[in-house]
Amino acid sequence: MAVLTYRDALTQALREELQRDDRVFLMGEEVAQYNGAYKVSKGLLDEFGPMRIVDTPITELGFAGVGVGAAMVGLRPIVEFMTWNFALLALDEVVNAAAKMLYMSGGQFKMPMVFRGPNGAALQLSAQHSQAWESWLAHIPGLKVCTPGTPADAKGLLKSAIRDDNPVVFLEGEMLYNTKGEVPDGDHIVPLGVAEVKRQGDHCSVITHGKMVLVAMRVADDLAKEGINIDVVDLRTVRPIDVEAISRSVQKTNRAVVLEEGWEICGMGSQVVDFIQRECFDDLDAPVLRVHQEDVPMPYAKNLERAAKPDAGKTIAAIKKVMYLD
Amino acid sequence: MSTEAKKAPPAEKRNEKGAPGNNGESAPAKDLAATTPEIRRELLHSMMLQRRFEERCAEAYALGKIGGFCHLYIGQEAISAGVMSMIRPDDYVITAYRDHGQALARGVSPRSVMAELFGRDTGCSGGKGGSMHIFDAKTNFLGGHGIVGGHVPIAAGVGFAIKYRRGNQVCVCFFGEAAVNIGAFHEALNLASLWDLPVIFIIENNRYGMGTAISRSTANEDVLVRAKGYRMEGESVDGQDVFAVRECMARATERARKEKRPTLIEMRTYRFMGHSMSDAVSGTYRTKDELEENMKRDPILVLHNKIYESGELTEGEMHKIDDEAKAIAQDAWDFADASPEPPLEKLYTDVYADTTS
Repeated sequence: MAVLTYRDALTQALREELQRDDRVFLMGEEVAQYNGAYKVSKGLLDEFGPMRIVDTPITELGFAGVGVGAAMVGLRPIVEFMTWNFALLALDEVVNAAAKMLYMSGGQFKMPMVFRGPNGAALQLSAQHSQAWESWLAHIPGLKVCTPGTPADAKGLLKSAIRDDNPVVFLEGEMLYNTKGEVPDGDHIVPLGVAEVKRQGDHCSVITHGKMVLVAMRVADDLAKEGINIDVVDLRTVRPIDVEAISRSVQKTNRAVVLEEGWEICGMGSQVVDFIQRECFDDLDAPVLRVHQEDVPMPYAKNLERAAKPDAGKTIAAIKKVMYLD
Repeated sequence: MSTEAKKAPPAEKRNEKGAPGNNGESAPAKDLAATTPEIRRELLHSMMLQRRFEERCAEAYALGKIGGFCHLYIGQEAISAGVMSMIRPDDYVITAYRDHGQALARGVSPRSVMAELFGRDTGCSGGKGGSMHIFDAKTNFLGGHGIVGGHVPIAAGVGFAIKYRRGNQVCVCFFGEAAVNIGAFHEALNLASLWDLPVIFIIENNRYGMGTAISRSTANEDVLVRAKGYRMEGESVDGQDVFAVRECMARATERARKEKRPTLIEMRTYRFMGHSMSDAVSGTYRTKDELEENMKRDPILVLHNKIYESGELTEGEMHKIDDEAKAIAQDAWDFADASPEPPLEKLYTDVYADTTS
């Protein structure tokens, strides 16, 4: 097993899938000559040429639609958004076209494509560049939504996403690209829709995904020193969502905190809590609590930004509350 | 601003000035578009079928057999018939929500189109799409799209795939003149020209985006300047004259197949019915006089008169074509009416494809 950065794990996945299937191509702003705004596509232009690693103008709606059209007639596009904040301009193609094409054509036109790019906040990029979109996208039947939190999952999920015959939204994290982790050698595949328990514990479940997995792991380390063992459930894919994994964990711990990067109202956590109340009503020893971004646009000032984001401190406080320790 | 509809001249009187990139009639285009008596009969048949089929759609809508939105194409049939007669079976067609006529002209089975409109299991889209979402993989008919302009970048993507595979097909993309003001149109035209994609963008200028006249929506009514803006060849053509449509398409398809260049074509036409089934045909945003003036240039009449005057078609033969069209429309109705609704378990199918590569 090699230790790779999240970025290099993604690059490996792209390279391997581009080698495996010549219908696969990568398209987006600065993906080719510039080697990717975040260097995820570094070296790919040299290896695969300009027909398969395609620089686009700044025209999100246009190139997302180009991806949809190419997928409709049998290619397997990977559309990179420089960030998901810019993808808002392209949502008509993602939501109205890609997600619905198979259904409204009565099963005639598949959409084997991936829309990928960094999601959520980095550091001090303020309101328009610091947003986590997974609850918007997971709302849509027809889309699949991946939120890898580790290099191994980044590689394995991206390979699955590229091979999937459905439109897959792939949410990366600017703050994750430099993080390191062990990645299994060879053709490492992580199936879509299967959560992973990243840390076993009996006292409280922390259900999370994406960038917040790292926060949950830090919390697990910190609380272990106090003798509190949390079960960290990494959803990995938020649509389809692994309800069984959530239930198994909560039935074991009888307490849950749901941690996410996005806002509270209609967030991913709302859905997870709904599954818990339906599947684990009799197992619960305390109300389920949620940790999320404060209900404000992201501010610029360092102190305000820190206060707005979900973090380890807020998560520990929530865990102690559901354990009636505070 | 006055909401009174301005009295507009008939379609063929407008915009006669030279369009950018239109170098006149080139001999090869004329040759390619030349028709035989058989082709002329087929064109008439196609247009008559669309007309009779959609008259039955209006009837079925009134009876509640067709629901939702239903946008009729009546008055614009020379465009679909002319365009489809100039492309190959392996080419691609994509369009907006006024799609029944184009589907029929492309060769999608009238039965499956009517069954789709009736919301039946036997419909081309399994009863899941309806009027606005006619899809037919067999004829490379890529829909039927309901968001104005949204499918224009998709057409560029089909063109991209053709180029990627080094094919020599073309992708024909239809939309109304109101779509030229939306961002998707501009982004698609820029990419198609920048990347040399074999796409033929067809503006069916029927002069109204729903109830808004082009003069009230578009700062420069000469929509072809948008071709120039993207370094693309453009032409404006009388969309009521099927022969003019064919000649223009001959040039555009040659350009796409040989030069790998896109074309923007304005086809000037007029919609004889309302925007959909819910608005009055005239009286609110356009006058009865304007409608009647334009109906004098019914594309079917224009073609019929040309063939009839030359002595090629007798009155009896014309009636025969009409009777055939009516019979096909009736057969489609009977088939749709007798078809079952989709079984309830199909509610959940086709949300996701269950295969991977």
